[in-house]
Amino acid sequence: MSAHESSREGYDFAHPLPLPLLFGVFVALTVLTVITVAQASFDFGSYDILIVMVIATIKALLVGAFFMHLAFDKPFNILCFVASFVFVALFISFTLFDNHATNMDDIPVLDDAVVVAAPEGA
Amino acid sequence: MATTDAGHPTDAHGHSDSAHGHDGHGDHDHDHPSYLAHHFDTPEQQFDSGKLGMWLFLVTEILFFSGMFCAYAIFRAWRPEVFEGCSQFLNTKLGAINTGVLLFSSLTMAWAVRCAQLEQHKQCACLIATTLSCAMVFLGVKAIEYSHKWTMGLLPAGLYSYDPANPHPVGGPNYLAYICAPFAAATVGVLIWLIISYLRGAKFQFAVAKPLLVVCLSFFGGVGLGTILESGGDDSEHGSVHVAQHDDHQHGDHQHGGEQHGGEQHDGEHSAEHTPAHAEPAVATLPAAGAMVDDSNDLAVLKRLASDATNTGLQGELKALEAQDKMSGGAITYDDSDDSSATIAASKDNVLRPSRAGVFFSIYYCMTGVHAIHILAGIGVLIWLLVRTMRNDFNRNYFGPVDYIGLYWHLVDLIWIYLFPLMYLIR
Repeated sequence: MSAHESSREGYDFAHPLPLPLLFGVFVALTVLTVITVAQASFDFGSYDILIVMVIATIKALLVGAFFMHLAFDKPFNILCFVASFVFVALFISFTLFDNHATNMDDIPVLDDAVVVAAPEGA
Repeated sequence: MATTDAGHPTDAHGHSDSAHGHDGHGDHDHDHPSYLAHHFDTPEQQFDSGKLGMWLFLVTEILFFSGMFCAYAIFRAWRPEVFEGCSQFLNTKLGAINTGVLLFSSLTMAWAVRCAQLEQHKQCACLIATTLSCAMVFLGVKAIEYSHKWTMGLLPAGLYSYDPANPHPVGGPNYLAYICAPFAAATVGVLIWLIISYLRGAKFQFAVAKPLLVVCLSFFGGVGLGTILESGGDDSEHGSVHVAQHDDHQHGDHQHGGEQHGGEQHDGEHSAEHTPAHAEPAVATLPAAGAMVDDSNDLAVLKRLASDATNTGLQGELKALEAQDKMSGGAITYDDSDDSSATIAASKDNVLRPSRAGVFFSIYYCMTGVHAIHILAGIGVLIWLLVRTMRNDFNRNYFGPVDYIGLYWHLVDLIWIYLFPLMYLIR
């Protein structure tokens, strides 16, 4: 390729990640996966979901920052990606607020498994 | 800016043809390499535009998946015990293996991007083929998981037909064969293509078909891996489920015992079962409690038959009728400590009730299925990428497609990172 003068603007912009970094991230992700699986055998009560989500988020950050190259990317791309998670958080948290406000309106369960229910007044 | 020469520092590099015909379309001169679309000034601009587009696409993907995560959050908030109970049916081993496989494929993909940037074409093609193979292994393991659940009747709401007493019904269709059929067809197709291209001497096609055959075969490798792990994990998995159910029953019995009067524990249950058949006469006549008045001759016959010591079934029925009669006469129901019948409130919720467990499996199949569709789409674009890489299309100024597909692949991995603990690791 003749257009490969190194000093040209707009050319040779590639930023290959060093292999040790890639392998390091992979090892970290594997270790975190093992930790996630291992913690499932302990009972942390209601902190369970919190621990699991924190570990998953650390893994997501590792994947995002290095595999997806976000740590070296344009700020606008990072903004787009992070903003999407903000909106997801809004979406889910507001739906759950609504859900808690009306959680007495359970979905009626009508199926044959409920055999022991005696009819009213029988 | 796009149609001017503003971004071209061409003069500084001594290009004499600064008045090149770049405004006229299609004239790819020395300054505009073939890989650079004519509406871009520099490869970097081209790369950044494509990358922004890819990020926006990934944002829509995240929002798309968030709908399903939201459904998950709502149903889990409603019925945490159903999620806990049904999660026991998901094989953690298979899920963990799949997580590892996907993480490894992410590594090879990120590595492939690096190779594309460094123009290591051969290595790049190998890494893309490895990524593809990992995707196929993932699907193979998934096929085992799905077919195993379908055979057990662990299906979405409406189709859910799991019976704890008969968890492995025989005579159902061989779901695994159905899932494997398209992959087997693809494998045979690639094999035929490989042979034809070899015989015709089409070197490039032959070179592409070789890794693709390996990729197709790794699906069956995944199936084998899944089979081994599934059979190994079978006992512990289902053992725990059965134990859980047993606990449920015991619990239920204890509750009944506590709420009803001592020895009538079982009678209460029986009476409830027989209520539809025998309730009418007892209510209509309202005799003294325990008198057991019956218009028809049925009761007398029943009593006579029950007097035979071997006829335990009828004895039980008679006992039940007595208890029911007492209750209908108001003997027990006035007691505040008794709730007069084994109502839904008294019995412990069974998490395997079809409508509830079915909702869990609806969510499970929806989320993992859409994720698997994304894997399939990823396989499609990765094959395209493999062909282009083997054609040496990419160089250090044009590696956009590798990078974008890499981003997509990492996003699919990212979604699985959240799916795995949320589905498989509920305690």
